[in-house]
Amino acid sequence: MPLLEVQQLSIAFQQYTKGSRQQMVTVMEELDLAINEGEIVAVVGASGSGKSLLAHAIMGILPANAYISGSIRYNGEQLDEAKLKSLRGSEIALVPQSVSYLNPLIRVGKQLQTNKDSIEQHSERKGLFERFRLGEHVARLFPFQLSGGMARKVLVSTAALSRTRLIIADEPTPGMHPDDVAEALKQFKQLAAEGCAVLLITHDIEAAIRIADKVAVCYAGSIIEIAPASDFSGAGNELRHPYSQALWRALPQNGFIPISGTQPSMGLGLQGCLFADRCNRAVDACKVSRQESRQIRSGIVRCMHAT
Amino acid sequence: MNRTSTLYHDRRHRRWNERSRTFISAILALILLASIGIGSWLLGSSGLSVQLENRNLAPSFLHLFGTDWLGRDMLSRTVKGLWLSIRVGLLGAACSVIIAAAMGLMAATLGQTADRIISWLIDVFLSVPHLVMLILIAFVCGGGLKGIAIGIMLTHWPSLARIIRAEALQLMSTDYVLVARKLGSSRFTIAMRHLAPHLLPQLLVGLLVLFPHAVLHEAAITFLGLGMSPHQPAIGIILSESMRYLSTGMWWLAVFPGLGLLLTVRAFDKLGNHLRQLVDPRHTHL
Amino acid sequence: MQLEGRALSWRYGNGPWLFQNYSITIQPGEVVGLIGPSGCGKTTLGRLLAGYSKPLTGEVKVPGRARNHTGYDPVQLIFQHPERAVNPRWRMAKTLTEGWSPDTELLESLGIKEEWLQRYPNELSGGELQRCCIARALGPNTQFLIADEMTTMLDAVTQAQIWHTVLHHASVRQIGLLVISHDHALVSRICTRTLTFG
Repeated sequence: MPLLEVQQLSIAFQQYTKGSRQQMVTVMEELDLAINEGEIVAVVGASGSGKSLLAHAIMGILPANAYISGSIRYNGEQLDEAKLKSLRGSEIALVPQSVSYLNPLIRVGKQLQTNKDSIEQHSERKGLFERFRLGEHVARLFPFQLSGGMARKVLVSTAALSRTRLIIADEPTPGMHPDDVAEALKQFKQLAAEGCAVLLITHDIEAAIRIADKVAVCYAGSIIEIAPASDFSGAGNELRHPYSQALWRALPQNGFIPISGTQPSMGLGLQGCLFADRCNRAVDACKVSRQESRQIRSGIVRCMHAT
Repeated sequence: MNRTSTLYHDRRHRRWNERSRTFISAILALILLASIGIGSWLLGSSGLSVQLENRNLAPSFLHLFGTDWLGRDMLSRTVKGLWLSIRVGLLGAACSVIIAAAMGLMAATLGQTADRIISWLIDVFLSVPHLVMLILIAFVCGGGLKGIAIGIMLTHWPSLARIIRAEALQLMSTDYVLVARKLGSSRFTIAMRHLAPHLLPQLLVGLLVLFPHAVLHEAAITFLGLGMSPHQPAIGIILSESMRYLSTGMWWLAVFPGLGLLLTVRAFDKLGNHLRQLVDPRHTHL
Repeated sequence: MQLEGRALSWRYGNGPWLFQNYSITIQPGEVVGLIGPSGCGKTTLGRLLAGYSKPLTGEVKVPGRARNHTGYDPVQLIFQHPERAVNPRWRMAKTLTEGWSPDTELLESLGIKEEWLQRYPNELSGGELQRCCIARALGPNTQFLIADEMTTMLDAVTQAQIWHTVLHHASVRQIGLLVISHDHALVSRICTRTLTFG
């Protein structure tokens, strides 16, 4: 049984259209994803494809005008608000995007403690600082005094307690120096080796395939492919979905080949495959009905052409 | 998306969204304002004259709010007092807000010299107690509505201007304002198109905070004999006078004027809160 | 007609110098990469060249820049976070036309769709916003473009798309480009000359 299982997750936002009239705009549709203990699953995709929304939905921190449906199961149990409240900050940890998520006026060491900490966790945090080679003095610094690499380590250390079973890391690497990226990734890898499940949300495919077991590719609010990380190699011929291939081939080191068009805006109520108008293999059938997920070569894909 | 069930955002679909609620509260506040204004016009001044034979009457159909120790009709006094206070308060507060906005924006956009001068001005005005300043200005301008209004507008702007200045300076260093400079926008354009819309919520809150403040100061100055003539019923005067008679059991002297003031302030407070919610980008779609 | 920074220095307060007496020239039509670790002052150098702050020593020489820095600046800077570079209360149409009115041809080449123009920034994704920021900065008087981690936050497909368009416009109009990035693969792919910084 997977530790975290997201089934048929849909998210809609309520928005004003004109005057005081409101409508629902669907931004994520019928998303399925599962993570086992000790496994790293990376979610990659275009900005605005909904990958951060997935993290926010799991953590229950969507804005107030969001409505969600579907099920999120943690350890076999439905994750509702009460359950989430008791798990957040203890068993489930979020590694935020930047130090701007920390309170600028409180010393780092003090902020990392939560009111769920016992003496045991207290001493464990001290150990963590040593393990990440942060030094005692770092705990007494204010967030603005941290350098980029230090800040990253501090944020990862918030998640690295032994009671943590699920880590959700939202864009932990962009703008970082390659050495720091490597260091951060190594930390996640180590946490996974100790039995943690890690959900790594990133647009950096390079980073994702270096540590992830599985890579889920997000496009326009749905996961169009879940592939073993090893499939991202060479010319990308192992990949199942044309968008995953395009993404791989657009990397500067792999040809830098763009495809035309942009990701469709959400909430238009589009028919058929969302990628159809950018896909060179699209046929009429693609534009009529949306493909269901199906299993191909130990991966999952939403495309009728995939083999 | 009709099959949406809320999973852990337990919010029932509300009947009124934020925009319609704002609209409704604006209408209510306007109706209240209009009825006080029209009421004070319709009631005429006959109720304000001293009629010693009608002293200390409890509320009845003839005198809905009762009469006071001089036989004056409390309904007339309350409505006229509210109307007068609202006028003075709104005028004073609105002018203060305008001065504060102009000063704050100028300090932030016109460079360091302007900023220093304006900051110095703010400090000077803040260092003198409001009341002393008010008395001086009211004395110079002569009593009455004009003196009080001018006094209030000249004394209440500095605290708000200081907030506006800080906020505007912060906005001036945001990326999008820096970009606007590089795209050739002038300081004036930036102040009007970028800063002013952002500062509107602060100005609204400022107006709401200053309004009761202005009403109170108006009452104080009147009490000292430099403001309105005591024959003019200002709500502050009515309330402070009635305090002396409360112990004799004449509750109606304080209750109705007090309720009137409470209702007015509450209506504007509510409207201000709704407006603030709407202009906050995080809540725009609620 | 070159962009020239001569003997530039910068530090914060009394802190250590981020760079001292650093000189850089960019010719029209040139694509220069500036690469270095985070926190080494790449962004600050970009801001000095674009006229966002004054260098502590040295000077920046730009043909056509007014002495008091008013008017449309021939050096435009594109930020890493487009969502901070647009007014959150403005519709995109207003933002796009702030400095000049981009023609439909440019908008199309950048993949900016008609329906985005009536939206607010929080209703667009980072990639969509960045396209708008680029269109805004490509006015007729732009001679140099400084791209500070311009596509770092974007996915690979969007990154490739945006760079292909920008490089095309830069070469047609002989715009000089400074590409500030930490991504070696990207810089070596698009730049004619690479400077290592820090």
